[in-house]
Amino acid sequence: MVFIYSLLPLIFICSLFFGRYEVSPQHVLQILAAPVTDLVPGNLIQIEHTWTAAEENVIYQIRLPRLVAAVLVGAGLSIAGAAYQGLFKNPLVSPDILGVASGAGFGAALAILLSWNMAMIQVSAFCFGILAVTITYLLSRFYRTTPTLILVLSGIIVAAFFTALISLTKYVADPYEKLPAITFWLMGSLASVRYSDLLMVIPFFLIATGILLLIRWRINLLAVGDDEARALGIDTKRMGQVIILCSTLITASAVCIAGIIGWVGLVVPHLGRMLVGPDYTRLLPACLLLGACYMLIIDDLARMLTNAEIPLGILTAIVGAPFFAYLLSRKSVGWI
Amino acid sequence: MILDVNQAGFRYDSVRMIFSGISFSLGEQEVLCILGPNGIGKSTLIRCLANLYPLCAGSIRLHDRDIRSLNYRDVARVIGYVPQAHEITFPFSVREFVLMGRAPHLGLFASPGKEDRTKADEAIGLVGIQKITDKPVNEISGGEYQLAMIARALAQEPEVLLLDEPTSHLDFGNQIRVLEIIDRLARDGLSVIMSSHFPDHAFLTSNNVAIMQHGSFMAYGLAEEVVTETNLKATYGVDVSITYSHDVERHVCVPHRSGQCRCRDPKQPEYSPKMAAMVPAMR
Repeated sequence: MVFIYSLLPLIFICSLFFGRYEVSPQHVLQILAAPVTDLVPGNLIQIEHTWTAAEENVIYQIRLPRLVAAVLVGAGLSIAGAAYQGLFKNPLVSPDILGVASGAGFGAALAILLSWNMAMIQVSAFCFGILAVTITYLLSRFYRTTPTLILVLSGIIVAAFFTALISLTKYVADPYEKLPAITFWLMGSLASVRYSDLLMVIPFFLIATGILLLIRWRINLLAVGDDEARALGIDTKRMGQVIILCSTLITASAVCIAGIIGWVGLVVPHLGRMLVGPDYTRLLPACLLLGACYMLIIDDLARMLTNAEIPLGILTAIVGAPFFAYLLSRKSVGWI
Repeated sequence: MILDVNQAGFRYDSVRMIFSGISFSLGEQEVLCILGPNGIGKSTLIRCLANLYPLCAGSIRLHDRDIRSLNYRDVARVIGYVPQAHEITFPFSVREFVLMGRAPHLGLFASPGKEDRTKADEAIGLVGIQKITDKPVNEISGGEYQLAMIARALAQEPEVLLLDEPTSHLDFGNQIRVLEIIDRLARDGLSVIMSSHFPDHAFLTSNNVAIMQHGSFMAYGLAEEVVTETNLKATYGVDVSITYSHDVERHVCVPHRSGQCRCRDPKQPEYSPKMAAMVPAMR
């Protein structure tokens, strides 16, 4: 655990060094330290301002918000995926199982089609993501059989519907301007994240993640079985609603600042289980940290591998899929 | 009386009643064994008693309070439920699994503390599975898993233990070991309701036996009065013999040597070629 905890700050600092605009590591550290030393009264410690304003701008206005976003998105998607895997008692579930990603994707595509501004695109994505999960949940209430199974099926139905709507939007979109914009948005990127975007989603992230962390031991009981959890005194229906609400808020927030990023919420919980076991008291914190690290590394690769940015959704799958295949070949996974 | 069941009835849909008109009560340290054919509703009854399904008719009273007025947590502090074995997706260790039994005693945001761990370890000791506490629950044997589930219910510190066919899927030795543990728990103060497929087991542990047939209790009372040749013939449609065995000093229940099974007769010489020749003809 100590190893995982120390990993995140290390990767975070290192990630500040990387990028198209070259800033020497020494300057990066100086730029980071300057505001802190400036606070110290009496000019006890002084750092000479040897860097350019452009460098400071790159670090504070571009890289820092971007890295914070990567941490939020990676940690959020991982914890939401882990919680869903427990709720649905299924290790192959990812956070967009109830249609949140497709809904949000359509919201964004529609907003781009209607030439709304960036903030409105995010709001639209967020709202449609929530709407899709709400429809899924209400749909599952119609049928009175095994609740979790019908919830997954409803999720598939709703996701298929919104995916079709995304295709329709793309079909009618202007192929020279709007179609590429929609396509790139759907592939996911953190390139344009600014502080204002972060401010919008951070409250949702913190509250929802906080609630999941607080009830994390009880997710164990849901993961074993609904009947048994109820016989052990847990209101499984209420708890299911809480988990769905929290995970949806997290995923919708992640999608609206970063676009659709798959695989993180599926792979990271498994990695966590391999390292700390299936007990959610240890698994959820581990997922938070591992997810954040994974996303930081993926985002570094997205910036560094080629001259142009590679969309994140592509990289998470290209890195995630073989990694997942490797995980499955290990015996310690436990559920095969 | 801890548990009072009065004219209980239940149905999943509006078409068919699973059971109706079931009444009985359970006192301290009493063991009630429910017998009955497959699919007759034994498991459903036990789920209703565990407050997992609400009754459609009648009432269940727990310490003189209607079970419907209690929330899941209140019920879980009195009733421990041991379901039939089913597969678990995630490889929780036996200790983590048993620790889950502490849930009704913990606050919504709490996770188990030192005291809870001690109680879980005590429960593990009561059923004697200390050796496998660190093994994942999906890698232990069926008998060990059954014991782990009983340990989890004991960690709940309940007054009543509901066991849904605790001896199915177990080998002969494990069946008896589980029954011995159940009997010991009852002697130490727990009340037990269990369903079973083995009428003989009723003589081993129970005070009272109920036979479930056609959606109701067809017979209910002391084991010697209820587990009779007539009742078992009516329930399972096979001939059995109930005799008092002086060797084991209890009643035993054994199936007849009927026309369908070619039992070997110990008085006759070993399997003869003539018999072997008859075998294809019998098919």
